[in-house]
Parts: sequence; structure tokens; C-alpha cells
Amino acid sequence: MATADAGFGLPRWAVNGLLPLVNLVAAFAVSGIVILILGESPVEAVVALVRGAFGFREAWGYTLYYATNFIFTALAFSIAAHCGLFNIGGEGQGYIGGLGVGLACLYLDVLPFFLLVPVAIVGGALFGAAWAWVPAYLQARRGSHVVITTIMFNFIAATVMVYLLVNVLIEPGQMSPQSRDFAEHARLPAMHDMMGWLGIDFPRTPLNAAFIWALACAGLVWVYVWHTRWGYELRTVGANPDAAVYAGISPARNIVRAMVISGALAGMMGLNEVMGVNQRLLLNFTAGYGFVGIAVSLMGRNHPVGILVASLLFGALYQGGAELAFEMPRVSRELVVVIQGLVIMFVGALEFLFLPAFRPWLQKRRQAASAAAAAAEQE
Amino acid sequence: MEQFGFFILLLDATLRVSVPLVLAAIAGLFSERSGIVDIGLEGKMLGGAFAAAAASYVCSERLAAAGLEGLLPAAAWVGLAAAVSWSVLLALLHGVASIRYHGNQIVSGVAINILMSGLTVLLGIAWFSQGGRTPQLPPGGRFRPVVWPGAEAVAEVPILGHLYSELLSGHNVLVYLAFLAVPLAFWVVYRTRFGLRLRAVGENPEAVDTAGISVAGMRYRAVIVCGALCGVAGAYLSTAQSAAFIKDMTAGKGFIALAALVFGKWRPVPTLLACLLFGFLDAVAARLQGSFDLEATTPLVRALVDAAPFVIEALPYALVVLLLAGFVGRAIAPKASGIPYVKSG
Repeated sequence: MATADAGFGLPRWAVNGLLPLVNLVAAFAVSGIVILILGESPVEAVVALVRGAFGFREAWGYTLYYATNFIFTALAFSIAAHCGLFNIGGEGQGYIGGLGVGLACLYLDVLPFFLLVPVAIVGGALFGAAWAWVPAYLQARRGSHVVITTIMFNFIAATVMVYLLVNVLIEPGQMSPQSRDFAEHARLPAMHDMMGWLGIDFPRTPLNAAFIWALACAGLVWVYVWHTRWGYELRTVGANPDAAVYAGISPARNIVRAMVISGALAGMMGLNEVMGVNQRLLLNFTAGYGFVGIAVSLMGRNHPVGILVASLLFGALYQGGAELAFEMPRVSRELVVVIQGLVIMFVGALEFLFLPAFRPWLQKRRQAASAAAAAAEQE
Repeated sequence: MEQFGFFILLLDATLRVSVPLVLAAIAGLFSERSGIVDIGLEGKMLGGAFAAAAASYVCSERLAAAGLEGLLPAAAWVGLAAAVSWSVLLALLHGVASIRYHGNQIVSGVAINILMSGLTVLLGIAWFSQGGRTPQLPPGGRFRPVVWPGAEAVAEVPILGHLYSELLSGHNVLVYLAFLAVPLAFWVVYRTRFGLRLRAVGENPEAVDTAGISVAGMRYRAVIVCGALCGVAGAYLSTAQSAAFIKDMTAGKGFIALAALVFGKWRPVPTLLACLLFGFLDAVAARLQGSFDLEATTPLVRALVDAAPFVIEALPYALVVLLLAGFVGRAIAPKASGIPYVKSG
């Protein structure tokens, strides 16, 4: 994977800060051209988008709610990426993870709230992890490429979910394929309720306790990847599998470990959507969030801090985009999907597009710095 | 006799649903044989479908306004040209990212898929305001069935007459084009100088470079062919099979085509057979739903019958996973696929 270690000997701030920023600007510039083609003003669009995402307190709730999904799926993508794996299956793993959460809420709701929440979290993580385990095992032991197998598993997940919701989990007497509503205590508390307990007035939004769990997961991933032995092994396999073997690290075991954690994290997106927002199982609650995770993780350079920042950006895009579609009749919500595609293209695939423009300047800076250091030494 | 007729209809449906799969899979074959992994078949097809429907609609409107109804069939060809051009542009974007800038080919493919799923609807709503659809094409503005000579006359002849008039005759020109594309691809890949170089550049680009042939040049040519075929597949969906573009109308066909390509081990004829198999499964699943009388059966049988269409739907994906895992044969991708070629020195 072309990540920070493929930086052509550039300083870290250039690879992790300057290039993504320049590429992001390029993606937005092209989006501006698209808006011009639609016959609207890009400047007004930006104003409407920012106002829609941050302009009022309710907007913040929605922005952070979208960001919650992206934090989970991006963390999922990033941990696989650190092991050199391209997990395109976040969408399917999140879908099946949501099934695990939903089954816990539907069939284990004899448990009290404070037991049910951890059980649902474990259920979502287990189901998501199991869905990632099969491609992981096949990659580790039988050499089948995880990119193709996880794509296939996305489609299999979609088929499984339609079957289950149409034939098994559907509420009797209902026409639309969805389960019954969860019991009152089988729901994650909404942010406006939790703020209410603290005496703070917060508008009603889909934002819920899963957001706090997402922040905690970001911290846990950071600790795991950079401050544990397992994380070290995982990154070693990602950087150079042959060297890992010499160091006594098993690539196969780490591939499975990385993918299983990745699937579990993707499954947490199901927690937010199923237990936090919809409070029942239904079709297509993943709505492409698994794929957005790829963009967010690339943008955030596969680092939890970067992912939090990029999630906020994408959450704002989603929320702001919805408001923008209200205000500009010729612009629809799909503008956000277009921007997302452009961001993946520029930040991910065309990473080094603008490098030639910067290289002389960066080299000059470096030469000036070393000359200054040499001069200082002579004095 | 009635069963035979049903079978013919099933095969006929198989042919029709296989067409976009065949075109997209052969498209992917050219790209991947040159060493460029392409998971953006879906996006290119979708973009092509939109371009074809939009262009042929606008063109047929203009022709009707000018009172030239006789020229309406030209609109379909204008649509096809638009689909191919747009899809080739997307293929070149993928090419520039992966060949010129050594970008990650998976990332680029994902980007094209997402970009097209958004852009087609965004432009569709802005231009036609029908919630992402394009307006219905007039009958003349799309690809029409071609009735073979004598098809009507022999339609009543048992078996051979049926085969001729139902299965062979009465498809549109793109269907025949798709099935001609396979032997053509076989010939190009295995019997021409271009094909030899194509295979070499996907297996061992260093050797091709040493022979004085441009690796980048070969790969650009391969992605252009890939884009053109994806464009035809898209045009088939929106201007031949149906008469308008519908939001997300490819619905995973690009990935089924990719699966067929893997299943056919990156070779034209086995890939065609895989496409026909997946198309057949699709046609069977469509006919299976609600075709049984379930009143008299046991709950277990009923549950199995309920699950059958879903099992059949998931079968192509499951088969590919099994194949890749080496449980049914072995699929080995071109050696250099997915690896950017960096000239040393």
C-alpha cells in the first residue's frame, strides 16, 4: 500500500500533511467545476454546505452521527492496511455485524440494559469478525486474494440479509422486510437524553452513545497498533512479510488477527445504526458507509488521529450535503458521493500527482536547512 | 414440447442477461492481462449506461423536433458512441493513475465506482429531474431486435425452427456484438503480435521493456480497449435491454463480470462460459420465485424453496471464493497484475 512509508524521502509533515491537503483542495476544485456544470455557484454551495454542517446545534448532532459510522469503518480499514491488506469488505462486515447486534437486542432482551449493551457490542464484533475471518483465513492459508474475496463477501452478506429479513426476522403481519422494534431498554441512549441527564439542553438528533464508543475504539486502535507487541508484529508483516518471517513473526497469524479486528470494528458501525438509530433490523442500513471508511482512512493516513479529523470532515460533508440539496434545487444529495469519489481518487490513487511541483521547493528547503546547520557548526 | 419451449425461453433469458457480463468480463480481461487490475468495471459500465441513455434521448428529441423521425435509429448509435467515449475517458483516468503515477489500482477502481454512482444520479436529476432516471426513449431511439431472414417462416417447425427463431434470431445488434467479442478477443490475445505483447506485459514487464517495447504504451492500449467494451456493456443496459437509465442499474454486474473473469482464469472462452453460467443462474432465480404451489408441502420443504433463489443468487460469489481458495481448481492471476512498473535506472 502506498502509505506514509512510500514518501520518496520527503519530510513527514509533507507526506502526512501537505500532500493530502493539496489533493483535498484538488478534489474540491473539481467538485466546484461539477457544481458550475450544474448551473449553480460553487461559492454559495460551500457557504450552504458549511452552514448546513455546523451552522446550528442540530447540525452538529447529525455531523457527529455520520462521523461515528466513518470512525468505525475507517479504523477497520486502517488496521487491515497496517498489515498490508486491502479490506474492501467493511460494508458487508458492518452489515453482518449489525445483524449480530440486532439478534442480541431481539432475542436476549431479557437481560437488563447494562448487561445487554456489552452483549450487543460483543455480538456485533463477533459477527463482523466472523465475516472477515473467512477471507482472512483463505488469504493466510490458501493464498486467495483478500480484495476479491471481501468484495464477494459484501454481495453474499447482502443476499443473506435480504433472505433473513424477508423470510425469518420479518415482523409477522408486516409487509416491509424489517424486524419488530427493539424493547425500550434494548436501545443505545441518544445524546439528547444523556445531555438531558446532565441538565444540558441538546436538540434531538440520531447522535447516540455509539459516538463515545467510537472515540474509545480510536484510542484502543492507537494503543494496539503502536504500543503492543501484537501491533508491532502486525506492522512488521505489513511492511515486509519476508523480514517478519526472519524475525519469527507468522504472517498468516497476523493476517487473520488484523482482519478479524478489522471486521469487528466494521461491525460496530452496525451498532450505531441498528441499536443507536433505527432500533430495529432493516435492509441497507449500511448505506455505503463501509466504502466511505476507505476514503476516510486514506485521508487520515491510516492513523486514528487523522481518521478522527477526516471522519469529522466527511460527517460534515454528508450533513452539509443534505442541507445543500434542500437549498439548491439543481444540486442533489449525490453531490456528496461525487466529492467522496474525487477525494478517494486524488488523495488515494493520484497521491503523488502534485509531487513534482513541490519537490524542488522541498529540496531547496532541506538544502537551506543543512547549509544553515553547517554554518552554525563552523561558528 | 411445452417443457422444451420453457427451456428455450430460459436459454433466451440467459443470453440476454449474460450480454453485459460477457462484454465487461472481456473488457476486464484486456486490462488485467496487461497487468492493470480493474475493479472499476462496474463504474465504467454505469457511466456508459448513463451517457448512452442521455445522449440518445437528447438526440432523438432533436431529430423529432426537426421532423426527421426516419433517422431515429441513429440516436441509438449516438448513444453508443457517447457511452464508449465516456467509458474510455474513465479508463484513461484509471490508466493515468495506475501507469503514470504508480497509484494503487484498487483505490483508483473504488474511486471510479463511487464517482459514477454519484455523478450519474447528480447529473440525471439536474438535467432531467426525474429522480435520477433519464426519460423513456422512443421505440426508434434504442437498439431493436434484428429478425433473421426466414425466422417467421420456420417458427412453427419443431425444435430446429424454435431454436432458430427464438434463440438465434430476434436479438439486438449488441447481443451479437458481445458474443462476437469473445472469439475476437481469443484471436487478438493468442494469435496477434499485440496479444503476445499484452500477455508478456502482464507477466513480465521487464522483459517487454528490454525488448524495446513501451510497457506504458501497451498498458494504455489495454485500458482503452477495456473502457470501450465497458461502454458497450453500459449502452446495452440502458438503450437495448431497457429504454432508459435507472439509478444504479448495473447493480453489481461489474463485479459478477469480475468474478466470471477470475472463474474463467483470465482466458476468453472459459470466461464466456462462466458468464453464461452466472447468467443462467440469474435467469433461473428470476423464474423460481413464486413458481411453486406451497400449500401442500411440509415446512422444511417450504423453507428450502424460500431459500433457493437466495442460494442461487449468492452462488456466483461463493463459487469464486471457493475457486480462489483452490477448492475447485486454481485461479492464478497474471503475475505482474496490480504492480506499477517503475523503470529502473
